[in-house]
Amino acid sequence: MSGSAAGWFNRRGWRDLIIGSPYLWLVLFFLLPFVIVIVMSFAKTATQSPPFAFLPDWPFIRFETYHRLFTSSLYIRAGIISVYNAAVATLLCLLLGYPMALAITRAGKSLQRLLIMLVVLPFWTSFLLRVYAWIGLMGKNSWFNKAITAAYNTFVPAAWELPGIQMMNTNFAVVLVMVYSYLPFMVLPLYANLEKLDGTLNEAAMDLGSRRWEVFRDITLPLSIPGIIAGGLLVFIPAMGELIIPSLVGNAGDPMIGRVIQQEFGQNRDWPMASAVAVALLFMLVVPLMLYNHFEAKAQAGAH
Amino acid sequence: MTAGESAPQQSDFIHIEGVTKSFGSFKAVDNVTLSISKGELFALLGGSGCGKTTLLRMLAGFETPTAGRIFIDGQDMAGVPAYERPVNMMFQSYALFPHMTVAKNVGYGLKHEDMTQVQREDRVREMLNLVQLSHLADRKPHQLSGGQRQRVALARSLAKLPKLLLLDEPLGALDKKLREHTQFEIANIQYKLGITFVVVTHDQEEAMTLASRIAVMDKGVIRQIGSPSDIYEHPNSRFVADFIGSANMVEAEVTKADGAGTEVLSPSLGHPILVASSGYTKGDKVTLAFRPEKVSISRKKPAAAKNVLKGTVQDFGYFGKDSLYRIKLPTGHVLSVNAVNAERAAAEQAVATWEDEVYLTIAPAAAMLFGAET
Repeated sequence: MSGSAAGWFNRRGWRDLIIGSPYLWLVLFFLLPFVIVIVMSFAKTATQSPPFAFLPDWPFIRFETYHRLFTSSLYIRAGIISVYNAAVATLLCLLLGYPMALAITRAGKSLQRLLIMLVVLPFWTSFLLRVYAWIGLMGKNSWFNKAITAAYNTFVPAAWELPGIQMMNTNFAVVLVMVYSYLPFMVLPLYANLEKLDGTLNEAAMDLGSRRWEVFRDITLPLSIPGIIAGGLLVFIPAMGELIIPSLVGNAGDPMIGRVIQQEFGQNRDWPMASAVAVALLFMLVVPLMLYNHFEAKAQAGAH
Repeated sequence: MTAGESAPQQSDFIHIEGVTKSFGSFKAVDNVTLSISKGELFALLGGSGCGKTTLLRMLAGFETPTAGRIFIDGQDMAGVPAYERPVNMMFQSYALFPHMTVAKNVGYGLKHEDMTQVQREDRVREMLNLVQLSHLADRKPHQLSGGQRQRVALARSLAKLPKLLLLDEPLGALDKKLREHTQFEIANIQYKLGITFVVVTHDQEEAMTLASRIAVMDKGVIRQIGSPSDIYEHPNSRFVADFIGSANMVEAEVTKADGAGTEVLSPSLGHPILVASSGYTKGDKVTLAFRPEKVSISRKKPAAAKNVLKGTVQDFGYFGKDSLYRIKLPTGHVLSVNAVNAERAAAEQAVATWEDEVYLTIAPAAAMLFGAET
């Protein structure tokens, strides 16, 4: 019965269709738009709809957009600021998230479930609302800003004292809100990794003469590297292309790549330039990822 | 409570004194006192949940006793953390570090020793030679077979030359052939290095082949301490007789007690049985126990008239080297009897077959008596 049903299923090509459907999805909604973006980046702007055109003669495409991309300080600065902000946010997420994840794994089973729920809880409120809440907190009249300012003023000489710290519209604000927003994406993969580690390994290391911090350095930390990399990528990749946070709390003079793309596409109506920046962003993210995968696969192959 | 142990002396290498470990209201280890001498291969034997692993973990320093004290080589271990104890442990799961090579695993504990790099490398090589794994020094644990991992774990726990080595079910994860080989290897290594070994196991065969002395544990209490043959041939209680090996047990009453021995009558057997042991008086309620291999079975009526029971073969199992017979007595009670298959021809080796009438003889010295169970 079931055998003939399976046979019918296979003969009809249903199996291939089902296996193929995710690929179809990727082709339709990732590869095809990406090809369109790449093609667009080699066009020139035009006063028509859509606002781009190809050259009338061979080779129909132009490279000026990319030339501008790599020479204009606006785009280079945006790239550097994006990498810097994303890297600092990722590092801070790791420094905050690792102890959190470790503490959750050491908690009792029922407490663990509660703590994980608390980590995920912020997602239940709108992301925009949470960013607006930070805008309120960072204003000079908020208790948060006043508390930080008071703490700062007690530690610096009188000449450096400030009436209020400028937080809004700075890179500091961007990094702060990104750390706040992306922390769960660091904690969850780290927790999943640390939770699986065998506790008897720690006991074995301690039995062989290691103190607690040596056990952490020699056993827990090296074995959690896959979790660190997974969490790091989950924070770094969206942080690189982040648009909303720098737009709302950032400084217009220090734009991140996402904001540049939006400006080129919107106000400037320079679709080829927006496309070129998008392509550059993708390569900045994909190339390190591919290198990592390559070396990881090599290490795996060497181990087996 | 300890049984069969005299008061411990200060010179004992490992001395466990009135140690109790409670988890909430549950007493995993209940007032255990125990002494182990230097160079001994000692086994803690018991079923799961008997407290043997908890006792081992207290020796290693992973658990703190609720009450009582532990001395190792004269030093009180109270407040001494696991990483400062002269004790190493071989874990049941081996707990090899998956990201380190075999050599790094074995050398891990030496980082904390006062040695030069050359001395450390020499020690690792020496340990790998000891367990015959020198050719696999650069492998990672997941590239090894179960038996190889077991030997790496042994080498790692020996590398620091601890005063005391704890082994938690050391052969538990190995298949039968490998176990037989490895248990002799462990005993050999112990003899060569002269380190005191304490083995925890639930497997009586493992305990008996490895250890020079065994403590049988049950419900957090030590029931008997003795050499393997002591525990097998002279169990001090019905529990130990039943736990170690197998035994036929029947309730009986002492009918006669004099210089010739003790005579008991059991309604299950129907005939009076003469037992060599003494210490009971007429009218005592006792348990009569005898091991299946200590009963002789024959189809002809034996010449001796004493301690002979008649029965029919209800069932039998052939195991190759011996056979197990289930003999039904006229009273309806069924006894187990082992007979060695010394002859090769099938006709002769089958002492008896289904429905045969046979005679069982119990030697007075083979029968054991136990008082009312506590």
